[in-house]
Amino acid sequence: MIELADEQRRLARTAAQSESNPIEFDGLSFGNNGDGYWIETAKRGLRGLSASAFDSTLSDEQIAPYISNWHFWEHTVAHDGRHRRAFLRFLESAAQMDVHDRYAALESGMQTTWGELSITATLASHGVREYQLHHERDAGTSASKLETYENPFDAREIARFDSEGRYRPLQTAPSLIDGWIYPALTQREVFETVDILYPATIPNWNLERTGELDITHWHETAQRQTGIYDMVEELSTEAVDWMAASCCADSECLKRREWEYDENTTLEADGGSGVFPCREPCSLVVAASRQWTQLEKQEPRSYTFELTPAEKEQIEDMIESVAEGNISEIREADVSEGANRYRTRFLREKRMDEEGNLSGTPTHSSEKEDG
Amino acid sequence: MEALVIVAHGSHLSAGSSAPTHQHADTIRATNAFDEVKTGFWKEEPSLREVLRTVESEEVYVVPLFISEGYFTEQVIPRELRLDGWDVSEWNSDGLSADTATLEAADTDHTVHYCGPVGTHRAMTDVLIRRAETVTGDPNIGSDVGFAVVGHGTERNENSAKAIEYHADRVRESTRFEEVKALYMDEEPEVDDVTDFFSTEHIVVVPLFIADGFHTQEDIPEDMGLTDDYRTGYDVPAAVDGHQIWYAGAVGTEGLTADVILERAADAGADIESAIEMVREKTRQTPFADD
Repeated sequence: MIELADEQRRLARTAAQSESNPIEFDGLSFGNNGDGYWIETAKRGLRGLSASAFDSTLSDEQIAPYISNWHFWEHTVAHDGRHRRAFLRFLESAAQMDVHDRYAALESGMQTTWGELSITATLASHGVREYQLHHERDAGTSASKLETYENPFDAREIARFDSEGRYRPLQTAPSLIDGWIYPALTQREVFETVDILYPATIPNWNLERTGELDITHWHETAQRQTGIYDMVEELSTEAVDWMAASCCADSECLKRREWEYDENTTLEADGGSGVFPCREPCSLVVAASRQWTQLEKQEPRSYTFELTPAEKEQIEDMIESVAEGNISEIREADVSEGANRYRTRFLREKRMDEEGNLSGTPTHSSEKEDG
Repeated sequence: MEALVIVAHGSHLSAGSSAPTHQHADTIRATNAFDEVKTGFWKEEPSLREVLRTVESEEVYVVPLFISEGYFTEQVIPRELRLDGWDVSEWNSDGLSADTATLEAADTDHTVHYCGPVGTHRAMTDVLIRRAETVTGDPNIGSDVGFAVVGHGTERNENSAKAIEYHADRVRESTRFEEVKALYMDEEPEVDDVTDFFSTEHIVVVPLFIADGFHTQEDIPEDMGLTDDYRTGYDVPAAVDGHQIWYAGAVGTEGLTADVILERAADAGADIESAIEMVREKTRQTPFADD
């Protein structure tokens, strides 16, 4: 049962008399014509109402949710921020559900997953929306066991470090810490908080929905670079593909890569399945590509190493573990793991010389000549 | 609706690099002078490429939290923000006088008032002095005290030294300090020899840098002999060659820097006089001079 605030009733009366009447919004229409006031929803229609009858009709059990819904969307959210509005509409499936069903769903909470975030829209007093925000891993944790936050800008503390205390330069890396909750955000605050945790994902998601997403492919991004990044244009298509596969996979970034090598050359790497798109190589990719541009200039050469089959496999295990970020999960005494620290120290002891050369083989042939 | 967007370098490696940007954004947000206050970064998120699409206001004041005019303010920021028709001649600057240019962002249609960097604004001199008050805890600091402004030097950008000289001259003209010197990390006069340049016992040293990092927390303290190893920290003041050195760290971390950001926006036409007054008072950490 929605109880309207005086302000909501007043605005409805004013709107019914205004030049813009009739008002039509989300299955509600109301206005004023020669016969007096009228109001109509899918469930109820009343015409020829006096001002006082119109007033009391607004509070009708069937009508009040529609009025509060109109008030929330047209006065509280309004139209200043199209991306915010679209996102908030999405959070309550406004395009799919009529007000009656939506209010019933909001009563018990409508949940949306956004990256690693779980957002639940509910109804506060007078049908005003309230949003709860926490890490999706904390879905089953009681709010009393989570650290409570109120100020959207404090979300910067949540986003800054991962669970091991390492700085997170990429906000959409799937390494957001859990253990916190925003129990009751307003419509503007939930937008601001998500925009801090996953910057610009809401505008880009909305632009994609409306067919307006401006994708900048790798080659254009690379061409634009100047200064120390001027060189990245030289990176081969093949290397850009390896880079996208290594850095932009779902395991590394929750954005769904929509950029390709260029408009006509797609990359083989999987773009991922995130809700929000990645419209351009990010600054981390550009910075890393500079390293690869330099490294990829080297020509391959043949080296001869002597390794046992187990040692070859161990090196492969080590690469795998570092690439997957699993090192910290390898137990101290689990020497059956190739990337175990003792196994690695043993390999170093056995196979590397004092200069750190694997199998005593110098990296550059000149070293051999010099030595 | 009007928005302020503070743009800064940021870092992929250092968690503290963007801290002053956020700190000043929070200070300005609390004044309610703008409908929105946002931050955008070259190396962090939202990126310069995407920050404007997070802004709901049609009119945007963009203030670069950079020390000097140069590569970032003239090329990188306008390019990444997609400021249509930008040309550095819009600022008609001698390297110190960039004020504002009004342009349109090609992807979002925002009207952007693109301002000069905070580091070259005259109000930055007040921040350097406020920094001296904060680090010494003395609102009257000045008489019998030397003041050094430290900059990177001209190696990468000649305008960088211009900004240092400009503020050193202004501090000198204020006649508040006994002696004032501009010193550099990579050219003469070098910060390594700081004590050679002052006859006063006490010397306040303020680096004209936006954020504390490698240069201000490691290089400069070691170069001046405040410590042999930055990891063990240093005293404030620290005794070096018979002088007491009050090393202040990056000036950009001083709360009053928020005032310079507002001054830049005000110079570009934002009506924010009362916010400027509020920020000047609220960011003061020492008691008033006449208290």
